[in-house]
Amino acid sequence: MAPNESAGRTLGVALGVCLVCSLLVSAAAVSLRPRQMRNMLLDRRTNVVRAAGLMHPDRSIEEQYERIRARVVDLATGEYVDVDPADFDQRSAARDPDRSVTIPGDRDVADIRRRAQQATVYLVEEDGRVDRIVFPVHGLGLWSVMYGFVALDASDLNTIRGLVFYEHGETPGLGGEIDNPRWQAQWEGKKVFGPEGDLRISVVKGPVDPEREGAEYRVDGLSGATLTSRGVERMLHYWLSENGFGEYIDRIRQRGV
Amino acid sequence: MASKALRILFDPLFNNNPIALQILGICSALAVTTMLSTSATMCIAVIFVITCSNGAVSLIRHHIPGSIRIIVQMTIIASLVIIVDQFIKAYAYDISKQLSVFVGLIITNCIVMGRAEVYAMKNGVGASLLDGLGNGLGYSLILLVVGTVRELTGSGSLFGRQVMTLATEGGWYVPNGLMLLPPSAFFIIGLFIWVLRTWKSEQVEEEG
Amino acid sequence: MLEAYLNIFLRAVFVENMALAFFLGMCTFLAVSRRVQTAIGLGIAVVVVQTITVPVNNVVYQHLLRADALAWAGLGGLDLTFVGLISYIGVIAAMVQILEMFLDRYVPALYNALGIFLPLITVNCAILGGSLFMVERDYNFGESVVFGFGSGLGWALALVALAGIREKMKYSNVPAGLRGLGITFITVGLMALAFMSFSGIQL
Repeated sequence: MAPNESAGRTLGVALGVCLVCSLLVSAAAVSLRPRQMRNMLLDRRTNVVRAAGLMHPDRSIEEQYERIRARVVDLATGEYVDVDPADFDQRSAARDPDRSVTIPGDRDVADIRRRAQQATVYLVEEDGRVDRIVFPVHGLGLWSVMYGFVALDASDLNTIRGLVFYEHGETPGLGGEIDNPRWQAQWEGKKVFGPEGDLRISVVKGPVDPEREGAEYRVDGLSGATLTSRGVERMLHYWLSENGFGEYIDRIRQRGV
Repeated sequence: MASKALRILFDPLFNNNPIALQILGICSALAVTTMLSTSATMCIAVIFVITCSNGAVSLIRHHIPGSIRIIVQMTIIASLVIIVDQFIKAYAYDISKQLSVFVGLIITNCIVMGRAEVYAMKNGVGASLLDGLGNGLGYSLILLVVGTVRELTGSGSLFGRQVMTLATEGGWYVPNGLMLLPPSAFFIIGLFIWVLRTWKSEQVEEEG
Repeated sequence: MLEAYLNIFLRAVFVENMALAFFLGMCTFLAVSRRVQTAIGLGIAVVVVQTITVPVNNVVYQHLLRADALAWAGLGGLDLTFVGLISYIGVIAAMVQILEMFLDRYVPALYNALGIFLPLITVNCAILGGSLFMVERDYNFGESVVFGFGSGLGWALALVALAGIREKMKYSNVPAGLRGLGITFITVGLMALAFMSFSGIQL
């Protein structure tokens, strides 16, 4: 037996390797943790800032985020609840049977099956008053669930001020064009609800004729991505209806932000 | 001496490219080659892990008992991968989101394990470091070639910077969407091997 | 509930096939696909190991590693996810070893058939990848069992199919430079294209 093979030697080497490795790994993990946390937070904030239309080349995300206030809303009542938005993760809540509800099939236009009972909304302030409200939305696209934000004008809760997506698995070049800023830009100024309060926003095939009646409710579909376009439309229809943020929107209309 | 060092370093690049010849280690890599920035990050991670693991294994090669050598090598490699993963998460968060689990999969990359077992267990620290670096570079070469072809033809850009104006932006280039989907990576590697073997015909496989 | 499990299973087998959509386990995939017989042996071994390791790693993750998992031991607020990688590979290596000894002792016939493949599996990235995807997608225990089985089966299916094609390919006249490895890559690419037509399936 070679000298290396004795039990004591084996144990010693194993222990030594473990000790050195665990020291290195722990040191790296602990020293980099704060930076990673900051990145994660910054990432989430960047998406909100982008949806709020506050991206500014000269100002940092943190600085712009100062103008945004996050609040957690109970979707059934439309009231704010006393939950710290920093601790609230809507996605894990949607998977937790105690904190989510099943969506009945006939109402599940966005094909998401369950949703959290609560949701985070972001109030964007301008000159000391709330100017627009950013709502998180998600729904099934062609391949998988698309996650995004839609910003509505706080004065009428009808005019879209921005729409962005931060996670999706759509086909690059076709459905993936929902990331295209030029496509996203045409949502700005479109109206969600008709005069009767009915949901009218829709994504149509081909370009929208601006002269035609109802153009303010229509957005160009993405060519070659009918199902993705329909997914975006349905996602908005679900989240802005009484099944989603409807109660909250009504409450604001009646009593203000 | 210098020429020997050069040979250790450059042999894996063309004459003995670990991917093209030994079909090793592409598992953890191809899925992230749709963009050059992710490919490059992956390359740096692999070069770091393979060089350091080769060095570390070689350093303690006289002390490793045969019965637990695989697990010792694996522990060293896994620790290095965790460290790299933590660094990427801290300093390149956007890229780390796209790499998702694929950095972790460097652990099971056959080149890293293979070089530790075959080379570092038998050679000195200096040569092992060079061997690791060379193999890492050989691996990177393929990854970068695939990444370049896929990003250029698939999105008309390199490192995220637009090189060819896309038709959707009013330009002339209609991107080839297939290049962004998984199968294209297999085609590109297959054709790359063809080119390499036509150039260095002694690497052609026998029939059967 | 059943529907959700079925969805995970079908996705794992066809849509998100470990070998063809994520390129996992390529080394063994290309090396052991020369003959259908051996491919079936390795395929079964992978299904077995994957079905065991993914749920075990799920338990390790849910009850030891994730943030606040150790709160019962008075260690609340401890987040050990960073040692995940090394734990999962350790669990995999241990499980494979135990399985090998178990088969050797109690089912020698199966051991003789699968034995040579088991050590290969420890360093198969499809196995580690399965565990990592399980963690990333935050599956619960039941889902992880289904996902483990499905992803293993998908990988095995791709392997056996490729071996079948390669056996036939011996009779074809392939350009010199493409012979062997090159044409195999192209074949795998074509198979991946075929598997893509499953994507988008929602149940």
